[in-house]
Amino acid sequence: MRRAFIIGLCFLGMLVAIVVAPFIGSTPIDFGRVFSGDVALADNVDAQIFLIARLPRALAAALVGGTLAAAGVVFQGLLRNPLATPYTLGVSAGASLGAMIAITFGAGWQVGGVASASLVGAILAVLVVYALATAQHRGISTTVLLLAGVTLNAFFSALILFVQYISDFSQTFRALRWLMGDLDVASYGPILAALPLVVVAFLGFAWLARPLNLLTLGPEAAGARGVNVELAQRIAFFTASLATGAAVSVGGPIGFVGIIVPHLVRLLVGADHRVVLPASTFFGAAFLVACDAIARTVLAPIELPVGIITAMIGGPFFLWLLVRKS
Amino acid sequence: MAALVLHAVSLDIPDGAAVGILGPNGSGKTTLLRLIGGAARPWSGHVLLDGREITSLSRRALARRMAVVPQETVLTFDYSALEIVLMGRYPHLGAFEVERPQDRAAAYAALEATGTAALADRPFRTLSGGEKQRVVIASALAQLDLGQGLQAQGPKDTAASPGRQSVLLLDEPTASLDLKYQLEVDSLLRRLRDTLGITVVLSTHDLRLARSVCKRLVLLSRGRVIANGPTAEVLTPALIGQLFDIDAAAAAPML
Repeated sequence: MRRAFIIGLCFLGMLVAIVVAPFIGSTPIDFGRVFSGDVALADNVDAQIFLIARLPRALAAALVGGTLAAAGVVFQGLLRNPLATPYTLGVSAGASLGAMIAITFGAGWQVGGVASASLVGAILAVLVVYALATAQHRGISTTVLLLAGVTLNAFFSALILFVQYISDFSQTFRALRWLMGDLDVASYGPILAALPLVVVAFLGFAWLARPLNLLTLGPEAAGARGVNVELAQRIAFFTASLATGAAVSVGGPIGFVGIIVPHLVRLLVGADHRVVLPASTFFGAAFLVACDAIARTVLAPIELPVGIITAMIGGPFFLWLLVRKS
Repeated sequence: MAALVLHAVSLDIPDGAAVGILGPNGSGKTTLLRLIGGAARPWSGHVLLDGREITSLSRRALARRMAVVPQETVLTFDYSALEIVLMGRYPHLGAFEVERPQDRAAAYAALEATGTAALADRPFRTLSGGEKQRVVIASALAQLDLGQGLQAQGPKDTAASPGRQSVLLLDEPTASLDLKYQLEVDSLLRRLRDTLGITVVLSTHDLRLARSVCKRLVLLSRGRVIANGPTAEVLTPALIGQLFDIDAAAAAPML
């Protein structure tokens, strides 16, 4: 009962955040006027600001925050490591490299843009890590997965620096802004583009909730209780990686959401993934919407990239977590 | 190139037997247990359950017949003892199904049967070694649907025992416990054996546990069976001395 209540509370928090956040900003808008049916949308400036300028951004924050938090939960369960993040296995580094290449060399490209290039980079990184982790092993070796991910992260970071070095000044500026993690979304397009991957990933997450509980006992113990361990690990790896790639293509590599949200939620509801997963999703969505509202207003009229705010909150929290554990 | 761990091992474990696999470190005990449990596949040869190849059974069907208790259970996240026991219900539930009342009843009965009911809501991580091992055994009983059978102090007539169709595999269940907890696990296993008629197969190098729980012993040395028979006939100074590579005279006081 208490668990259902907490999931419901997180869901409510997400809805409230999505509706309230668009009212926060440099131009004040009136709640009554936004939802007033008397004025046609074409003449209703408040409704236009709400629906066209600000709501997409809040929805993008919710989509990215919820996805990163859920992917964090799945990676922590898969790797049996509470300090894993959605970026541990190199997905974000691959996505970033793709985005850097598009920013630097992509001016004349006919199709796609930075977002699709980052998604392609993410998928390539996922395939490389998977190939490495399954090369010597029946099923996935989570140890190799971790090592391959960490190594690939370092390698891609070096390539990113290289691409940056040969870019011109304005490209470097854009690239840096992208790497900070920014939700500068001003239409529904990017959200709709990422949505199919995210929906597929969450179907996988829903199936994974119970196997992830058992994987915590170790692959042998889970297998002895009837879990198809290789299948569960594969689904966990691919769904969480693709969801992360989709989220990063929308908002860039926004940090810390994928680790602090799952840990906060576990403090509240315990370890059962069937509660942690949905609660983290909604809480992560609400959290990133709130962080983005802060980022847009704290130094107004300057809009900070949201990644700076999540890092400011997440860094100290992460350290507190480490100290608390030991 | 992987080395062969076991050579020409042939074992027949009847329903309701309590069999111990005894041997020094590296003799292949754990590998043999993993083969029996279907966690590893033999290079060549067969593992049969009721005359059927074990790999032909689905994971879930096998899990309802056979449960495994590892030497040690280390968790990444803070589950309660009850949650660990409920995980044993996995093979009884569909993909998106939540535990039904009968699953919770099975879990509570298993906690009761292992004397851990008072620990149900405690974080598993905070339990003592012996308590942890008893909770993991409770999880195995919930998995095999056997909690109730033990509570009812089931029939002594072994042919009608509730656990006759079930197999409990334990890999060095006392190896990481101190003496007090070894005795806790020991007495629990004897109770399971006697009241449930469950088939117990355990690997160990603990001679006291082997004698106390097992009716038959298999001595395993460097991947080969050097003796297989009733406990009293096998636990002799000569065989134990040979098994652990010590003088028979040195082995005698330990028996």
